[in-house]
Amino acid sequence: MESGIPIEITGLSKHFGHVVAVDDLTFTVQPGRVTGFLGPNGAGKTTTLRVLLGLVHPNAGTATFGGTPYASLPRPLETVGAALDANFHPGRTARDHLKVYATATGLSKARVPVVLEQVGMTEFADRRVGGYSLGMRQRLALAYTLLGDPGVFVLDEPINGLDPEGIKWIRGFLQSLAHEGRTVLVSSHLLSEVQQSVDEVVIISKGRLVKSGTLVSLELDSAPRTIADSPDREALSAALDEAGLEYTEGRNGFIVNEPDPGRVGHAAFLGGVELNTLHRLKSGLEESFLSLVGGGEE
Amino acid sequence: MSFIRAIGSEFQKVFTTRMWWLLALLLAGYVALMSGGFGAFLGWASANPDAAAAAGGGGTPIAPGLDLAPLVYSFATSIGYVFPVLLGALAVTGEFRHKTLTPTFLAEPHRTTVLTAKFLSQFAMGAGLGVIAFAVSVGTGAAALAGFGLDTGLDDPDTWALIGRGVLAMALWGAIGVGLGALVPNQVAAIVIVIAFTQFVEPILRFTASLNEVTANIGKFLPGAASDALVGASFYNIASLGTAATLEWWQGGLVLLGIALVATFIGGATTWRGDVS
Repeated sequence: MESGIPIEITGLSKHFGHVVAVDDLTFTVQPGRVTGFLGPNGAGKTTTLRVLLGLVHPNAGTATFGGTPYASLPRPLETVGAALDANFHPGRTARDHLKVYATATGLSKARVPVVLEQVGMTEFADRRVGGYSLGMRQRLALAYTLLGDPGVFVLDEPINGLDPEGIKWIRGFLQSLAHEGRTVLVSSHLLSEVQQSVDEVVIISKGRLVKSGTLVSLELDSAPRTIADSPDREALSAALDEAGLEYTEGRNGFIVNEPDPGRVGHAAFLGGVELNTLHRLKSGLEESFLSLVGGGEE
Repeated sequence: MSFIRAIGSEFQKVFTTRMWWLLALLLAGYVALMSGGFGAFLGWASANPDAAAAAGGGGTPIAPGLDLAPLVYSFATSIGYVFPVLLGALAVTGEFRHKTLTPTFLAEPHRTTVLTAKFLSQFAMGAGLGVIAFAVSVGTGAAALAGFGLDTGLDDPDTWALIGRGVLAMALWGAIGVGLGALVPNQVAAIVIVIAFTQFVEPILRFTASLNEVTANIGKFLPGAASDALVGASFYNIASLGTAATLEWWQGGLVLLGIALVATFIGGATTWRGDVS
């Protein structure tokens, strides 16, 4: 195994036509920890990862592995293992897929059965990929990242499509990679999906960095709030405005930036609005995350 | 080193999916039908000129003493060339269609190396398809000709030179396929272009060009005409009615090589260099 190398993103910008996908993004990912790369769909996560891997050309800025761009790595698959989208030629078996790329990068074919076993795919290795479930494709994509036993892992939404058993497995897998001193960057649009396996978070929204730090620091950021709902949301909205309370509308009601439910209840009382929900929102990572990325818009 | 590995990887890509032998099988069947069938028909017509003229109602007369063997054998390229083009184009467009450019460029970030490896491996695949096509055209064609007591030409070194040039033509067509795929990464569009151009557009252009001496000198540079010139024989030569201007065999080869290189170069500088998402 190669030692972990930091991932360094500096002043990165990328636009597609008039659409700004990544906007002056700067962050560093350190070895020995699992870093969650979070943001809603369309926040620019995949574009950032594709630029990092030399697949998409940036308009400005750099993305390197310890100062070296991906295309300049002397042995790319032995330095970085990347799984972006679980796309394969449907007519090729998993074993052949891995052999093709082991050949391309000069790795021994003996690695193929090893990595297939590591991701639990030995049993299905000689079936054509066309018949695979999404979970099996995700495992095959992970097997590809393991071919060169690299020190850096870049995984785009690796948990998407896994069954509960698979999710449990990948959590342990990511942690064990980090414990071995490797750099692990895992993207997700759901904090809850990765919060049990990440140590650090990098959160982006609309292509910009909104938070970078430990998972614990994210927890501290989130002040307690109140959730309130009414059969007549318009009236409740008016009552909250009247009382000068700040809020966002969520699926289960209004999330009010006010730790005391009593004051929210009072505001509703003054407005003559019936409430069917009123309680303090537990200080939660997900809420903190959603408030950072703008109320959980997709 | 990385270049050798890239070529090895490209061959594995071809042989780990079914397309290559499906195309090889279709090619063999098509050529067997045409070489065997036409060989038998020409043999019969040549043996019974009066009956043939009566049956054909004044159709293409077979010139007495015309060497039939090269015509029959060259079906391997004159109708078979579409198969290496398709295989070469699919080698490129398949990467776009199945989004496998991501793992490909992760394993070998130098895109020119990958495209050059595709060019050379598909050149070799084209040569392989050429060997299959000529094995079938000579096998069925010689059997048909021999059946009517006609000369099979198999003891003539010119026949074997023709076969060698035919295999080279098929190899060049494979490389042209790579260039086409790089120019037109949309798989359906690339297939439609290959079929439409080789089966309709070019035959019509060649026929139209041959009606006039000036256009005939342009028409001989059409890829199919250049290919027939390289091989040295084609049923087009007896099927076409007007002036049959042709290039020297080596000029035909250079035209095909030029098309392959230019298309691959332009595709490599445009679609192949773009963002992979």
